[in-house]
Amino acid sequence: MRHLLSTADLSHTQALSILDTAEEMAAVSTREVKKLPTLRGRTVVNLFFEDSTRTRISFEAAAKRLSADVMNFSAKGSSVSKGESLKDTVQTLEAIGADAIVMRHWASGAAAQLAGSGWTDCAVINAGDGTHEHPTQALLDALTLRRGWSAAHGADPRGTDLTGMRVLIVGDILHSRVARSNIWLLRTLGADVGLVAPATLLPVGVEKWPVSVYYSLDEALGSGPEAGPDAIMMLRVQAERMGGAYFPTAAEYTRRWGLTDERLARLAAHRGAAGQRPMILHPGPMNRGVEISAAAADSPMNQVLDQVSHGVSVRMAVLHLLLSSSERNTA
Amino acid sequence: MSDTPTAATLILGARPYGEAPLDVLIRDGRIAALGEAARAQAEQLKAEQPEQVSTVEAEGLIMLPGMVDLHTHLREPGREDAETVETGSRAAARGGFTAVHAMANSSPVADSAGVVEQVHRLGRASGWTEVYPVGAVTVGLAGERLAELGAMAESSAQVRMFSDDGMCVHNPVLMRRALEYVKTVDGFIAQHAQEPLLTEGAQMNEGDVSAILGLPGWPAVAEESIIARDVLLAQHVGSRLHICHVSTAGSVEIIRWAKERGIDVTAEVTPHHLLLTDELVRGYDPVYKVNPPLRTGADVEALRAGLADGTIDIIGTDHAPHPTQAKECEWSAAAMGMTGLETALPVVIKTMINTGLMDWRRFAEVTSIAPARIYRHAHQGRPLELGEPANLILVDAEATQTVDPDGHASKGRNSPFRGMELPGAVRATFLHGHPVVLDGELNTPLAEAAAGAAGSSQVRP
Repeated sequence: MRHLLSTADLSHTQALSILDTAEEMAAVSTREVKKLPTLRGRTVVNLFFEDSTRTRISFEAAAKRLSADVMNFSAKGSSVSKGESLKDTVQTLEAIGADAIVMRHWASGAAAQLAGSGWTDCAVINAGDGTHEHPTQALLDALTLRRGWSAAHGADPRGTDLTGMRVLIVGDILHSRVARSNIWLLRTLGADVGLVAPATLLPVGVEKWPVSVYYSLDEALGSGPEAGPDAIMMLRVQAERMGGAYFPTAAEYTRRWGLTDERLARLAAHRGAAGQRPMILHPGPMNRGVEISAAAADSPMNQVLDQVSHGVSVRMAVLHLLLSSSERNTA
Repeated sequence: MSDTPTAATLILGARPYGEAPLDVLIRDGRIAALGEAARAQAEQLKAEQPEQVSTVEAEGLIMLPGMVDLHTHLREPGREDAETVETGSRAAARGGFTAVHAMANSSPVADSAGVVEQVHRLGRASGWTEVYPVGAVTVGLAGERLAELGAMAESSAQVRMFSDDGMCVHNPVLMRRALEYVKTVDGFIAQHAQEPLLTEGAQMNEGDVSAILGLPGWPAVAEESIIARDVLLAQHVGSRLHICHVSTAGSVEIIRWAKERGIDVTAEVTPHHLLLTDELVRGYDPVYKVNPPLRTGADVEALRAGLADGTIDIIGTDHAPHPTQAKECEWSAAAMGMTGLETALPVVIKTMINTGLMDWRRFAEVTSIAPARIYRHAHQGRPLELGEPANLILVDAEATQTVDPDGHASKGRNSPFRGMELPGAVRATFLHGHPVVLDGELNTPLAEAAAGAAGSSQVRP
């Protein structure tokens, strides 16, 4: 693996390798000295063309725990806003001595273009490109789901996948890079995936995806304690989708697709095959009162803080696997 | 006429329309003799003025009427970094075009007599091909009020074709008025069919691939709904409508329906829409970004069938050169368009001739005769017969070449066919009898005086 651009490119073996490495990295994070010397002398650049403090500091923490040098390059307040091309920016970073570029970009495909362009020899990690993919988010979600799924079955998570797990993804699928990355990865790991959204927020062509599609969250939650999902992932609803463009009002969205207190109660009554409660995931930041009620946000079923800490472990694993396997700077 | 004796060319052994070989003598801008008589006259001329008669050995080559492109972007005035009338004309000649029609989206827009006369004059000065400016339908292509179509029609450029190409004349009332008004100047409207609200921010064909790539989709219905509306408007007001770059199977169906009802509509397809699909977008290389977008394999099949059965009338290149930096960037920031003049003939051979969908007669029809008829050119798209204007090309259909945009005469390097092996090559292009291309390379341009003589009655009354 030279770059991490998309979860659609990941084989089952590669996905498990990242998740298992992330488990090792998680162990480091619980030690008193949270640092490994693996990437000493290597330079990781966080190149962010879009604001995302959460993702950036997660990558920064991951790189630093592996002893890499980290540079943060934000498009705002840099020469990019004066009209420098992506090509020139990246070549500048390479000349400075970057070994890996972690890129968040507003344009779908920007990471793939960078990796395929010949503009740089750096390893490219996609930290979210437009409405395309956000692979490390999906990997941290998978790590979280696998922890819960294996714990319910009394197994060590390492080496296992998500076969048989039922996961619902609820919200703006059309514009969500998190949803796309999760769908491909969860399917690769053997989970059953259901999408729940108004038809306006599902892409044309979704009927060919390897998922079930529901317009009704109530229908997707099923009836009876055995029928429900093992996990539900609530996506953030962007303010610009409201006001009649994709759905009439935020209130109508909440009534039909929000994880309300009533739906939380139904969810809490579900028991999985091993007797476990369903997990609630959210990529953050949450819109309390819109797609998720305060009670659901604060519920013990909610994994959102575990997701954040798993984010660091997964990003350590990705940096470790991409940079320590590359032979470019070994001489 | 000029004092110097006019050069004559004897073309030996070429096969008109790919049929039986026939020797052809070109003299004074016309086909002066055929067969036995061509050789005899050439001998006689050689005896008198040996230096004035050249011979082209053309055994195995196919002779066709010079191609006519109703859809070319020459970028001048305003974007001379992308293309000029001179470089675009050279590309046209190399591609086998003896006439091109320069779309109005220059800067300033060709929405006045002054700009169309400038483009026309630049074309005549370059002398590699005939250049006809297309006039804008609306001022500044803004879709708000009609440009002075009458002034452009009466100018020295004698504009007959009006288009806001790049933008759709989306206001239905304005489109109706435009269709009516062009009747008074014996012109026609070429519509870029794209409903703007349905394609806001659109980046690629909406479908299976856009769903995965996370690029905002460009639905087929945005094109088809405008075509459906406009054929009905054309019928209602009894005017002539041409549909630019048809790209979907549904559009072909609507045009077929309209023609069956006797509506005066013609349609065009680009070479790239006959060959390429949206699967190519998966790598996010902006060289594949184009308006209308590359569609699906089913659309490609329908377009080929429509061109073969006459539903689609012509090939239009939509040659759209861009400077490198406009394509060397993020997909959503990249410019739309691809070059096409120098690859049109090979792509049509590959998709239509080598597939058995059409013969060389039909090839001549869709690349030359029909576009000339739509514009009502008197001297382009003419039969390869005695006395006809010598706007013609020689094609080696057996040749194959690997497309190398760096070797193109166009300034644009944005060819989606880069590296592709394509059949067929233009060996010679004759413009008013003058070889502007010989042995597959640019020769010399036509002197302006000769162009003036030959093109003096350029539009049929």
